[in-house]
Amino acid sequence: MRYGDKVAVDGLSLVVERATITAVLGPNGAGKTTTLETCEGYRRPQTGAVRVLGLDPVRDRRELLPRIGVMLQGGGAWSGVRAMEMLDHVARLHAHPLDTGELAERLGLGECGKTPYRRLSGGQQQRLGLAMALVGRPEIVFVDEPTAGMDPQARRTTWELLRELREDGVTVVLTTHYLDEAEQLADQVHIIDRGRLIASGTPEELTRGSSATVRLVVDQELPGATEAALRAAIDRWSADHHIGVRSISFGSRTLEDVFLELTGRDIEHG
Amino acid sequence: MADLDFTPRPGAAPLRSQVLAQARMEARLMLRNGEQLLLAVVIPVLVLVGGVTAGEHLTLDLHTSRPLVDTFTPGVIALAVMSTSFTSLAIATGFERRYGVIKRLGSSPLPRSGLLAGKVLALLMVQLVQIIVIGGVGQLLGWTPEPGVLGVGLAVLLGTAAFASLGLFVAGVLRAEATLAAANLIYLLLMAGGGVVLPLAAYGAFGDVVRWLPSGALGEAMRTGFIDGGVAWRDLGVLLIWAVLGTTLTARTFKWE
Repeated sequence: MRYGDKVAVDGLSLVVERATITAVLGPNGAGKTTTLETCEGYRRPQTGAVRVLGLDPVRDRRELLPRIGVMLQGGGAWSGVRAMEMLDHVARLHAHPLDTGELAERLGLGECGKTPYRRLSGGQQQRLGLAMALVGRPEIVFVDEPTAGMDPQARRTTWELLRELREDGVTVVLTTHYLDEAEQLADQVHIIDRGRLIASGTPEELTRGSSATVRLVVDQELPGATEAALRAAIDRWSADHHIGVRSISFGSRTLEDVFLELTGRDIEHG
Repeated sequence: MADLDFTPRPGAAPLRSQVLAQARMEARLMLRNGEQLLLAVVIPVLVLVGGVTAGEHLTLDLHTSRPLVDTFTPGVIALAVMSTSFTSLAIATGFERRYGVIKRLGSSPLPRSGLLAGKVLALLMVQLVQIIVIGGVGQLLGWTPEPGVLGVGLAVLLGTAAFASLGLFVAGVLRAEATLAAANLIYLLLMAGGGVVLPLAAYGAFGDVVRWLPSGALGEAMRTGFIDGGVAWRDLGVLLIWAVLGTTLTARTFKWE
């Protein structure tokens, strides 16, 4: 996927299972949104093929669109439209929409139903965006940075909702640059960086590491002096056995470690 | 809290109800917006009342034997059609692109053709409200129309087609703010010198130029339709040419996002 001569997504290959949550993880500018928009039929890949529910998102757009739900990263409503009015409108475009009142209540939009879109908070706009993606009872939802700008409480509520979707048989594909979001929520994580897929797997697989990784867990917090002594002991031991130690980390390995190891960069700061 | 069942049950609503929903939504937003309402109803009514009152005091000669209000009211209705189809549509569409509304609807079951149909239907709905209000005020001022359904109907439809396609063209090539400025400026220029409200006879020799403008053609077609119940085929032809031109330009340049 190119814009001019800039390659945004290159040689990306991934498969999503039904009724699972898949996270596309990467720093800003990694090509997450481009990947999603290619699945949603907004963009046609210059090479390669995309199939969603067996359909070509561009060629079979009319057949595909009623079956998917899309949450954009921002905007998507008239500035003067009231929150519920917008949700009801999107509902009317579908054959068997969810009850908009119940859906709004579930997403905590009950109190701002009459508020014009431009006066909703960022978090409320996000939740309305999610409601619009769900109201048509889609088979797959594509959610772009669903919790960006949400407070911790709203994030957890959103996570619960996404898990509930999976239980009800909906396939969820989300992008995020929050590692904890991918780790806690996703069945499959695909880490992309600069338009390339650099790792795929379950959060467990990705954090398990390889046989070259030795993980030592002790039963108590180590004071600084003890930690230094342990490092010195490891150094002596590795020198005696002619084994090079690439890194020693104190604390647990997370997806953040994985990203750092694979790209040499910190995800939050790109 | 009620447990929602998200079990997939996707499907598009019938196209007709989607288009109707879109049209009602857009018409409602247009009539709710203060600036749009000013353009759609307040300015035309002021022009009508002001024009008729001033004309009677100044014994304005429009080279017709009829009362001024009979000439003015169809002209103001033409002005209203122009303001809605061109200015309001261009501004609304410009900001819809800016705010991602069109992109959002692009992933809904509503196809582009349905969106376009919804927009046109919304314009016709708003214009019906405008015609009722302006016609009502005109009657209070003594307007006695002799409308011909064919002449008036074709004037409204072809006028809408011509101005809406030109409005979408402007909204497609300019940024939202520039669209706002350009659409208002063109509206003011055409209102003042485009042969909408005043008949071509009032422009003297310049009238031969003005009648080729979409505004002049719409004004003449509307007056012919309301005054004699006639059909101004030549002016309707001019509107058709503008509609074809506008549609071609829009089809070549317009990007939904």
